[in-house]
Amino acid sequence: MEPASRLDYNHKLSLREFPYIVRWRDDRCKRCGRCTAVCPVKAIESTVKVQRLVHSEGPAPTPSAARKVIQVVEQVTDMERYCTGCGSCTLVCPNEAIEPEFNFQHKFYHYKNKGGEPFKRGGRRNDPSVSTLDKLKFTRISMLTDPALDAGRHEFRVRTLLGRILPPEELPLKTVGGKLTVDKESRGFIPPVREIYPIMIGSMSVGALSPPMWEGLAMGVAYLNEVEGLPVVMCSGEGGMPPRLLRSKYLKYFIIQIASGYFGWDEIIHALPHMVEDPAAIEIKYGQGAKPGDGGLLMAQKVLKLIASIRGVPQFIDLASPPTHQTKYSIEEAVAKMIQSMSMAWGFRVPVYPKISGTKTARAVLNNLARNPYAAALSIDGEDGGTGAAYNVSMDKMGHPIASNIRDCYLDLVRQGKQNELPLIAAGGVGKKGNLAANAAALIMLGASAVSIGKYIMQAAADCFGDEYNRCNLCNTGRCPRGITTQDPKLYRRLDSDRVAERVVETFKAADVELRKIFAPMGRSTELPIGMSDGLGIEDKAMADRLEISYVC
Amino acid sequence: MCRLAAITSDKYFSPMENILALETMKEGHDGSGLGLTLKDLGGDFEGLKKYPIMSGISSNDGRKTLDAYMKRNGFKLKREWKPRIKPVKSITQRENYFARVYDYPDSFKGKSPREKEDLLMNTRLALRKIGEPDGSIFIFSFYPDVITLKEVGDPLQLAEFFGLDKDGIRAKVVLAQGRQNTNYAIYLYACHPFFIQGFCTMTNGENTAFVPIREFLTGRGFPGYMGYNSDSEVFTHILHYTSRQLGFPLHYYKDVITPLKAADIEQREDRQALRLMKQSLRPLCIDGPNVVIGFTPDGTCFMVHDSKKLRPGVVAGVKGKYALMSEECGADKAVPARDKSKDIFPMKYDMVIVSPHAKEVTVWNQLQG
Ligand code: SF4
Ligand code: SF4
Repeated sequence: MEPASRLDYNHKLSLREFPYIVRWRDDRCKRCGRCTAVCPVKAIESTVKVQRLVHSEGPAPTPSAARKVIQVVEQVTDMERYCTGCGSCTLVCPNEAIEPEFNFQHKFYHYKNKGGEPFKRGGRRNDPSVSTLDKLKFTRISMLTDPALDAGRHEFRVRTLLGRILPPEELPLKTVGGKLTVDKESRGFIPPVREIYPIMIGSMSVGALSPPMWEGLAMGVAYLNEVEGLPVVMCSGEGGMPPRLLRSKYLKYFIIQIASGYFGWDEIIHALPHMVEDPAAIEIKYGQGAKPGDGGLLMAQKVLKLIASIRGVPQFIDLASPPTHQTKYSIEEAVAKMIQSMSMAWGFRVPVYPKISGTKTARAVLNNLARNPYAAALSIDGEDGGTGAAYNVSMDKMGHPIASNIRDCYLDLVRQGKQNELPLIAAGGVGKKGNLAANAAALIMLGASAVSIGKYIMQAAADCFGDEYNRCNLCNTGRCPRGITTQDPKLYRRLDSDRVAERVVETFKAADVELRKIFAPMGRSTELPIGMSDGLGIEDKAMADRLEISYVC
Repeated sequence: MCRLAAITSDKYFSPMENILALETMKEGHDGSGLGLTLKDLGGDFEGLKKYPIMSGISSNDGRKTLDAYMKRNGFKLKREWKPRIKPVKSITQRENYFARVYDYPDSFKGKSPREKEDLLMNTRLALRKIGEPDGSIFIFSFYPDVITLKEVGDPLQLAEFFGLDKDGIRAKVVLAQGRQNTNYAIYLYACHPFFIQGFCTMTNGENTAFVPIREFLTGRGFPGYMGYNSDSEVFTHILHYTSRQLGFPLHYYKDVITPLKAADIEQREDRQALRLMKQSLRPLCIDGPNVVIGFTPDGTCFMVHDSKKLRPGVVAGVKGKYALMSEECGADKAVPARDKSKDIFPMKYDMVIVSPHAKEVTVWNQLQG
């Protein structure tokens, strides 16, 4: 019998406490060491074990024991080095000898608070259940009384407008000789409006993303516009833009974000006189769906030379943006003044709009904007939005689902007759389960003018491992195994920007086909079916009532 | 799909001509209803052109309510026309069908035409509100020189029922719709043609963009934009909105309901205005498939449809009499003696406009402006 002290492992965790358990197969492993080398968190290590082999030969049992030293790959039981389930080891293993397995019984959150520091991560809300967006179906199919359209042959105009749109009553038009002309005498302000593709790439900064990732997205967007004729726009995120891009003709495909840290704006302001094109829009970030009420955060390990220079800061320091714009004291000031000054910087030629996180109070913000003739849109980022770095509690428990938030806001605008004046952009969980076009179409029919995607495009274009089982989600650490959210050249050289661009193009082209496959049977082609809520149904009475759409079963 | 028969002429004619044209298109309507709007009235009404006419249906109780309401508001009854009802087996007779000619309240005598129009519309809406819950009063139009008749049943039988074949009622513009019931329960307020302040349209096809259009119109804050028991009512209101409220020339109706794509707009002389219009009126894009036939207060008639309409309607006739029909056989019935090679089947960019008194027909092409 072993001494009692040897059984006292109470200070140690068992693997059952861990979210992923690594299954390693001795019989397949050829001990090449790739898995241990690639593991971003060092959750597995190569170690030696003593094995006792009992051996017997001959007709009668003559057991003899021999001790042998063997080499194994073993998962560590240190919570700081928990296996994230990323699967990098599986990817590099030549013999399919290793694989992480999700452990439903884990007690990860109980322990991941060493030194009193709560769990921080990247990614999005860890909720793998079916979202409201995925429960929505398109139930109004054109049959006989109105022939459904041929998605392949009919001319479709899947476009939307970004910018403040004048109410028809205020259009400065007059009739001259039976034709309408713009009345030059009336000095009213005609706000800038862009015609864009209704799915846009949301704000992800240079800095949060690696150079090849950001470049790949940007190249994909430029290709979609210039070659495919799809006017997809992309938002810079907070952190400026590469100086060369600011001075290039491609700037028109980008929305530049300004957030509470004003990172990158020194460079942007200096580039202003040299800009040959206006940006698509300016987004003022007040909030983010993944971490409502929290500021931006770029961890020190990601602030390398290029990032530091674009942002105008020293290297290797944590870059935290405050939760609010510190110089502003009220919504009137925060929004109105900011919109005013941004508009002024580009001579009122660029739409300027705020982005907020999904919240019960979104309608108050909206009503404020509705009264401000310079506000170009409102972007609302729901609780399923992603981020590069945040506290787990913010991501998992804070925020508002996008479906009802957008619907409430849209119906509020309808009540004021302003639903066409102030476009709503919906984000947060679009394409969470891969149904990009369907989620986008559903949000549009609930009242959004456009949707914004982030995590989805990382997954689709750069094979991001992250999912709602807290897989990987190392985006905050600078150790992204895919080279997407890291500034470490050793890691980001794994990512080929051309390949990312190619995938961006493929993804949007496919979504475009799917959107047509949704709109065609519903008989819609000429205009985006914004607010066509009679097209939607849901198999949940409470949700149907809440969203004011039909209940189907 | 509903069948549409409109005739415009420089002479007074009987609405029976429209009904007979509808009869030739019988295959397409199921006899679930008939709507008739007559404009520029002859016969007994010829001398009463200044005075507003209220057309509708009421129960005996509803009639009392209506009388009291009109009296209270200062309207003076000048004349009442009632169809000579001949009971027909398949048609359930209601108590009172009427077209009543009123004189304006004294306080409105010197008011502008627009103010008078608003008074008439608000009166119609008020009576609708009173009479709709119990079905005691239905008012279809209240406007000078316009009569509307609506009832559930087969058009030809209804004509007999209303005695249109015998009655001397005549007009220079008549819109008639034979209803094919689709999505909605048969309800009098869901019957075309729809009328608002001198503008009238009827439609066939399904309006896929109905909900956003309805929400946009109701958001305009104009009391007349209500009802919407049929998805087609929005077409009338869009016409009223663009022509009367925004003051756009008639052909811009086409640009509003079926906007051009950006590249095509650039070819138009009025592109600057069009670009702004397209943005601001984006929710009024109909997205079809629909054909719309209508008239405006000055007696201009038009036909327009969107690109998804697989089979266009037809505008055919001779100077002095034109038929605007959803099918050609209707035109053959209404204006048989004509040069058929001159029949117009509007293409997706066309709006056919027949000037008042059927003087001339123009095809306005949206691409060329
Ligand atoms: S799955 Fe990822 S984190 Fe887990 S052991 Fe493999 S490489 Fe390491
Ligand atoms: S692959 Fe990179 S971007 Fe994706 S979850 Fe992991 S660390 Fe984040």
